Amino acid sequence: MILLTRKAEFSSAHYYWNDAWSQEQNECVFGKCANRNGHGHNYTLEVTVAGEIDPVSGFVVDLKELKDILEREVISVYDHRHLNLEVPEFASRVPTTENIAIAIWYRLNGKIPNAKLHRVRVYEMPDLFADYYGDL
Amino acid sequence: MTAPLTSNISWPSINLQAYLSRRYHLSASHRLHSEAYTVEQNQSTYGKCNNPHGHGHNYVIEITVGGPVDETTGMVCDLGELDAFAQTNLLDRFDEMNLNTLDPFRDVVSTTENFTIEVHRIFAAFPGAKLTGVRVEETSNNSFEYMGRMQF
Repeated sequence: MILLTRKAEFSSAHYYWNDAWSQEQNECVFGKCANRNGHGHNYTLEVTVAGEIDPVSGFVVDLKELKDILEREVISVYDHRHLNLEVPEFASRVPTTENIAIAIWYRLNGKIPNAKLHRVRVYEMPDLFADYYGDL
Repeated sequence: MTAPLTSNISWPSINLQAYLSRRYHLSASHRLHSEAYTVEQNQSTYGKCNNPHGHGHNYVIEITVGGPVDETTGMVCDLGELDAFAQTNLLDRFDEMNLNTLDPFRDVVSTTENFTIEVHRIFAAFPGAKLTGVRVEETSNNSFEYMGRMQF
């Protein structure tokens, strides 16, 4: 088995807010991130898949195909969008880096031919990132 | 206005476990030198790093914590709490310092291997989340990782 990682980038707006809490509670827990006008990041996504090398092509997966899947399932949905207001899965969950990594896992899981999803890593910025390895 | 999105995922009802990593930057000097070696042995083992005047690095300290994602906050741990802990226990103690003059390196050589283990010892005491790994970049070409005691 071999691991292969593909990167992609998206830029999105978000804020941190839990509807069940008062404004004071939200500001106390989330600080500046609770500003309802939102703020944004250049996110970097790293998707790692695991699989066996096809003896004829020498590939685990066709990188072009993986790139197209990332574009279709994730980038076209998240890029230049407001995650809280426009992306359906964040109507009910706070779009933290952890939750974005988990949501991307479930968007991609089972959709990559000949390989198993191994890890989804999302960088909110170069010094902060979250990893999700599925339901271990 | 772009078209509204319709594709969605369903969040599993299980307790989701994720990892969060934060990178801290600090600059420090050190000298690799062992009291157990002769002058010649120190020079042949550590080479340039044995220069008695020391030298320095811009270290990158990558801390990884893991655990259940709190459903109400969407977080593995409070980042403000982790940053405050890092400020007090890592940056205030090691940034702009000579590692060899500090307590943890009184009896052990200030290699980045030993520094990584010391950083692991420090963050294992972080009360906000479970430490799962420490990675230290000494330069962009050299990095060291420690995940606690494990069998290889």
